[in-house]
This record gives sequence, structure tokens and C-alpha cells, in this order.
Amino acid sequence: MSAAEKMVKLRIWRGDAKDGALHDVEVEANEGEVVLDVIHRVQATQMSDLAVRWNCKAGKCGSCSMEINGKPRLACMTRMNMFEEGETITVTPLRAFPVIRDLVTDVSFNYKKAMEIPAFAGPTDLKPGDYRMQQVDVERSQEFRKCIECFLCQDTCHVIRDHEENKKSFAGPRFFIRIAELDMHPLDTLRNRKKTAQEEHGLGMCNITKCCTEVCPEHIRITDNAIIPMKERVVDEKYDPIRWLGSKIRKREGIN
Amino acid sequence: MSELERHSYDVVVIGAGGAGLRAAVEAREAGLRVAIICKSLFGKAHTVMAEGGVAASMGNVNSSDNWQVHFRDTMRGGKFLNHWRMAELHAKESPDRVWELETWGALFDRTKEGKISQRNFGGHEFPRLAHVGDRTGLELIRTMQQKIVALQQEDARNHGDPESYIKVFAELTITEILKEGGKVSGAYGYWRETGNEVLFEAPAVVLATGGIGKTFKVTSNSWEGTGDGHALALKAGGHLVDMEFVQFHPTGMVWPPSVRGLLVTESVRGDGGVLTNSEGKRFMFDYIPEVFKDKYADNEAEADRWYGDQTNNRRPPELLPRDEVARAINSEVKAGRGSPHGGVFLDVSKRLPADVIKKKLPSMWHQFKELADVDITETAMEVGPTCHYVMGGIEVEPDSAAAVGVPGLFAAGEVAGGMHGSNRLGGNSLSDLLVFGRRAGAGAAAYIKASGKNPVSEASVRGASERLNAPFTRVGGENPYTIHQELQQTSNDLVGIIRTGKELEEAIVKLAQLRSRVTTAKAEGGRAFNPGFHLAIDLDNMLLVSECIARSALQREESRGGHTRDDFPAMNPEWRQVNSISSWNGKSVDVVQQKLPSLPKELFDLFELDELMKYLTPAEITSVKGGA
Repeated sequence: MSAAEKMVKLRIWRGDAKDGALHDVEVEANEGEVVLDVIHRVQATQMSDLAVRWNCKAGKCGSCSMEINGKPRLACMTRMNMFEEGETITVTPLRAFPVIRDLVTDVSFNYKKAMEIPAFAGPTDLKPGDYRMQQVDVERSQEFRKCIECFLCQDTCHVIRDHEENKKSFAGPRFFIRIAELDMHPLDTLRNRKKTAQEEHGLGMCNITKCCTEVCPEHIRITDNAIIPMKERVVDEKYDPIRWLGSKIRKREGIN
Repeated sequence: MSELERHSYDVVVIGAGGAGLRAAVEAREAGLRVAIICKSLFGKAHTVMAEGGVAASMGNVNSSDNWQVHFRDTMRGGKFLNHWRMAELHAKESPDRVWELETWGALFDRTKEGKISQRNFGGHEFPRLAHVGDRTGLELIRTMQQKIVALQQEDARNHGDPESYIKVFAELTITEILKEGGKVSGAYGYWRETGNEVLFEAPAVVLATGGIGKTFKVTSNSWEGTGDGHALALKAGGHLVDMEFVQFHPTGMVWPPSVRGLLVTESVRGDGGVLTNSEGKRFMFDYIPEVFKDKYADNEAEADRWYGDQTNNRRPPELLPRDEVARAINSEVKAGRGSPHGGVFLDVSKRLPADVIKKKLPSMWHQFKELADVDITETAMEVGPTCHYVMGGIEVEPDSAAAVGVPGLFAAGEVAGGMHGSNRLGGNSLSDLLVFGRRAGAGAAAYIKASGKNPVSEASVRGASERLNAPFTRVGGENPYTIHQELQQTSNDLVGIIRTGKELEEAIVKLAQLRSRVTTAKAEGGRAFNPGFHLAIDLDNMLLVSECIARSALQREESRGGHTRDDFPAMNPEWRQVNSISSWNGKSVDVVQQKLPSLPKELFDLFELDELMKYLTPAEITSVKGGA
């Protein structure tokens, strides 16, 4: 074993929807590695049927979401050198979603919620190629389109984390930024996105603890830039229809 | 065993990256019922990794751009081995494909006039790549994913069920294309979650499975790049064209080892980054090939002026096509002028202010900061070649994307061959998958209207099921992970960026040994979400593809694009006239040479004769010029 290699202790949850337990393993770790590397080594050398989701291993696809020492994280972006020497690293599946097997959970909740958000409704009077938008106007929505759908924000959100009963009426932070993105899109024509966010997707249940923002691997300011502005404006519009109309007219100014 | 799960569709699209989703949209718009199958979750396909942009000659930044210039650049990049018709369709249609994405909600970066901004990239004469920072692939796949959802919402309104026309089958692997009477009848596979088998009955199948990177040790590809579609097509009787051409992207990360191969976008160079060796020398000036001398600056002063004035200066040599830059880096490292971890230096820190770097290259800044403890606004990156893309792929009819020799089979995106010739230009992949994804969907729709249904026989189902279950029934076999590692090492060492006849012969022997070991590879554990089982299945595909690459590479006795032979270092116009065609006879891979279709006169005339003489034989030139 070269100087760069050392043994690390992992405690990995294994099981399925019915039953499961934490298993202690010791495995080699090399300089510069991330938790996903070490899990892969466990898979290749000790537990060939250990279930783990992953794809790009570069923090771009959002597949390897799990909880590491209780915190929702991407395993591919969690460096081994952030842990203390000799520390046991506990790896468990996302808590807010049903376990399929080992570290893999059923995230279909998110795909159902995606289906409930009305799609982009472009202008009918502009042909493809005739869209004109200013960079400064698209940047607000672009921030939210950085989302890699790792669903860590959904996992950490306490509205649903331990409250299965809230899932039906709560879309979650990932889909609040989706609504915000469409609402701020300079050419989207659907008029009532903030209102439906409040009335149909559970925006009102969020009490702005910012847990979602803290776990976002893309550093999207979910609470400050999406949720709070929508909450504020939904209140404004409720009492001031002229102000609502004004905001939509300004939104269309980019067209020429 | 419980009863087999069966589904019936008009079209099964295998692969949910850009090409597959675009094909699905087109097929659904033509009124067909479509199954979309992805090995991963919906929206995670390798398309998300594309960084730089999508090439389309919209002319938003330089109005001199048009499809003819894009066509010329693509042919030059591919060293004229491209199928001209694919390159022509691609250049003509990509602007419409990009504009269409905007109507589905994509938000590209903008010019001052509010149009889609376009950036410079290797091999493209004008700024041509529509982009969103350095996460263009994510924007593309998310836009199409959301378009699929929009269509499902429409179907829910009109037919009461969002899945009445499009259903996404996530985390499902297809192991076989089924045929009856010589024509496609469906596809067979298993749910990764449970291991349970699934039958799809469909008269048309679109393959959009991407690449083969996981056959190599150092690669930018995710685990999904196991050549499934290449292998499925071969086994169904299709052909692969030009499999020897594998693109090594010049700039992958080299340190730390766990991220070795991870892509560093070409935009770093497009935006001003320069390559230097351990002596601090900007070495690319020493590697400008003869065919490109009139287009690339031979001194630093001119190269630097180009960023401000592209009309009166030649381009910096860092922006040569990828094959040239990758070979140059390889040579510098071999000559002992590499960086501490076996790469070279790519520096943007001395070229742009920190805030500009963070704005233009946010993912790169993030990636190096978090994975390598390197702040690219302050220090140079260490980079080296990484297996990135396979130019070779399924032989298709350009207009319909129909696989040659297999009625009912279609292919688009990286899994299809011909479009990029011997080397793909950056940015031409995202546009390829839009243009030919759409054409494959339309091709499948036209085929079905003419041919109708083709039921699957029970004999086909039994055969597919037996082969799928083989890894569980083996006794005392080997661990598939070990075989995979040996395959990757073999590909890297013997079929890599620089090849020799002797090493390729060794590779073919080694691959045969690995193949016999795979037939005993055993899956430990149960059927549910068992990666050891998944790998045992994928390994078979990887070995088949690797054999095609090695055998095609051994036959082609010249160096061109993504195929460099140390024993045949020159490009040879005689070899430009033929494609390598791989087929599978049930036991081994056969490779034969097939004549390339020749350039029609109107496309021939887009080039200067002087340039064509560098690539074509005198006889070819006379035959086209003929009566002119």
C-alpha cells in the first residue's frame, strides 16, 4: 500500500422497504477521493450487490444524492478529506423518500410534482428565431435552471421530511424554483403562476427556514431569490390588481 | 416465475438523452404512441455533461456565418471522411432546432440585441455555439424533458391520461432488439430496480444510447457509456461504421486520481485559456499541421489579437480541432515536458479577470475548487487527454436515420456513425442529436405508416429471457468488476490515442480472452437493483464494441482524426475513400471496407481546389470536376 492510501471506516445502511440495518466496513481510500469513490470500492471488493445510484461523478447530474453523517449531500462532491482522521462515516439513503434498496430511494414523488406544474407558455405572436430577451432579464430564471434535480432540497425540507401527509399538497423547493423560473421568464404568458403556487402547490406551507438553500449543491438561492419574492408578490397581487398588471407589462418590454 | 410484463407501443426509444427525447417528441407529434426507455432516472443522461454549446450557424454574432461555412468546418474537422449528406443536413437544420428549443422554454445567453449569443470553439470559423454559461447540455436536456412533460399534460387534458401517448420507463435496461420476418418487432429488457423482465412489442425502435467511453480507463463518460446501442444494433444485424475513430478530448482533469478524465470544457480555450508545458512554453505553435497553416496564427502576438479582432488575425492554435490538440499534449508529456501529474497546464487565470472567469466558466470554477482544491482564477489547471466521444456508430440512411440492413431500426446521436467523419468538432454533438433525433422520430413514423404491426413470437421471448438470465445461472464464475477493469486497461494501453499494428493485434487476443471470461462472469446476490448483475450484462456490449474498434483500427493503415497509427503516421487519400464496416456473425466481428459516397458537385464547389487536393486523390478530383 502506498503512502497515499489509508483505510477508512464506513457505516453503510443496507436493506429494503421492509427491513434494514447499518453495516460497518473498512475500505481503502486514496488521496483526493470522494465518498462515492470509496463506496464504489466497497462495491467492487466487498459487496458487489450494494445498490447506489450515480451517473456523471462530477456534480452535474444529481443522481448520487444520499445522507452522509445525516446531511443530504451528493456523494460525488463530498471529499474524504473533510472528515476527521479515523472518523466513521455514516452513509444512509435519503430520508424523505421510500427506500428501494440500500442507498437507492424511490424519488417518483418529484416526477409527479413536475407533472403538476403548468409548462412554459410561449407567446403565440412570435415565430421561432424571433424571440428577443436581454441577458439581464434571463439571468434571474437562469439561476433556477442551474438545478440538477438532485432533490436534496426536497429531502431536507421539514415540511415533508417527516410529514408524509403533507406530500399531497406540497410541491417542495425544487418546484417552487421551477414556478419562479417560469414566472420570471420574460416571454412566459401564463398569468397566475404565483397564485397557483400559493393555492395549489403549497407555497404557504414554507416558513422560510432556508434549509433547502443550505443543501443546494448548485448554490441556488432558493429561499431568497425564488420563495420569498413569490410570497411577497402573491400578497401584493392579492390586494392590488393594477400592480399585477404592471408587472406583466414590464415583463414584455424586452420584445421588439 | 410470475407472468411476463408486456407493453405495446408504436415506437420504443432506447435512450433518454438529447437524441432520444427529440426523437420521442417528433414521433408523438406524428400521432404515435412512444415508450422512452432510460437506464438512469429521467433527465440524468450524459447529455447533461455537455458544456460548451450547440453549434448552429444563426449568424447572431458574426453575420457572415451560414450553413455552407458550418458544413465546410464540419468536413474539415472530420478530415473529409464524414458522410456528406449528414453533414449537409446537420449544417442546414441546426439553427431551426435551436430556435425551436426557445419556444419550449430554453433560456440561452443573449447578445446585446437580445438574440441568442454564440461563442467561439475549436474548428469553427465564426462564433457559432449557442450556450448557457458552461452548462449547455443541462439546459438542452431539461428543456426537452420539460417538453415531454408539456406533451403529457396536453395528453392528460385531451385523453384523460398523461401517459396515453408518451410513457417514460426509467431505470430499465434493454438487452435485445427482437425481430420477426427480418423486421424489428420489439425490445426485451429488465427493470434495474427489481430485475424483473419486460417485453416491449413495437414495430419500430430508435436507438439513442450514446457512447462507449466506459470501455476506456480514462474517460469523461459516465457508467452509462457502455456501447449498448452499438451492440444491440450489431446483434440485430446492423452495421457499425468507422469504429476506429474515437475522440480523445484534449483537456480532461488529471488530478486527483478519482476525477482523472473528467472534462474541462473547450470553452476555457475559446474564452482565452492557453496551454503551456513545464518550461512555460505555449507549445501549440509547434503543432499546427500543414492543412491548417493558413487558418491558425503562428505567433503569440497574432493569436492574442484574434480575441479582439477576428477578421484580420488568424486563430490561436489552442483552438485547433480536438484530435490535433490531444496529440500535441500527448507528445509534450512523452517528451518529458509535462506537468507534475502527467498533463500540461491550461491557464485562464492570467488571461481574464477573476469575476469574468467565474461568470463565463462557473462549472469549471466550481469543479476545480471542490474536487481538486484549485482556484482557476489564480492558478493553472493540469489537463490531459480523456476518452470523450466515438465518431463511429450505426450505419444509417442520412435522411431517415434508418439503420442500414435492419427494417424498423433507427439510430440518432452519438450511437449513429458517419456524421462526424474521423473527428467531431466541439458543439456539433448537441446539434447532431437535435437534427438527427428529430429525423429518427420522423423516420420511424413514416416507416410505421407504411409497414404496420409486427407481433413478437414466443420463441424470441424465450431466447431473450435465457440470455438475460445467464449471469445468475453460472457457477463459480468471476467477479465482473475485475474483468471490466482489465478491459479498460487494455483499451487505454493498446487501443488508445496512439496505436501500432502490433499492439492492436495484442489487443484483439486479449479481448478474446476477456470474452471467454465474461461468459462465466457471475452475478452475486439477488435480482433487485444489483449493480454486479447490471455490469455483467453491460460487459458483453463493451467487449463487442471494443473488438470492433480494435479490428477497424488494425485495418486502417493511416492516421486521420481520432485514429493515430505510430506505424502509419501520415494521412493517406486512398484510405479517405473507404469506411470501415463492422458486422457480427454470431461468433466474431468482421470488418470490411466500403466505398464512401462521393461529394456531389454543388458541395464540392464550396471548397477551394487547393484544399480538396490535400484530402482527395487526383482521380477523385478529376471525376467530380469532369465536364466542368
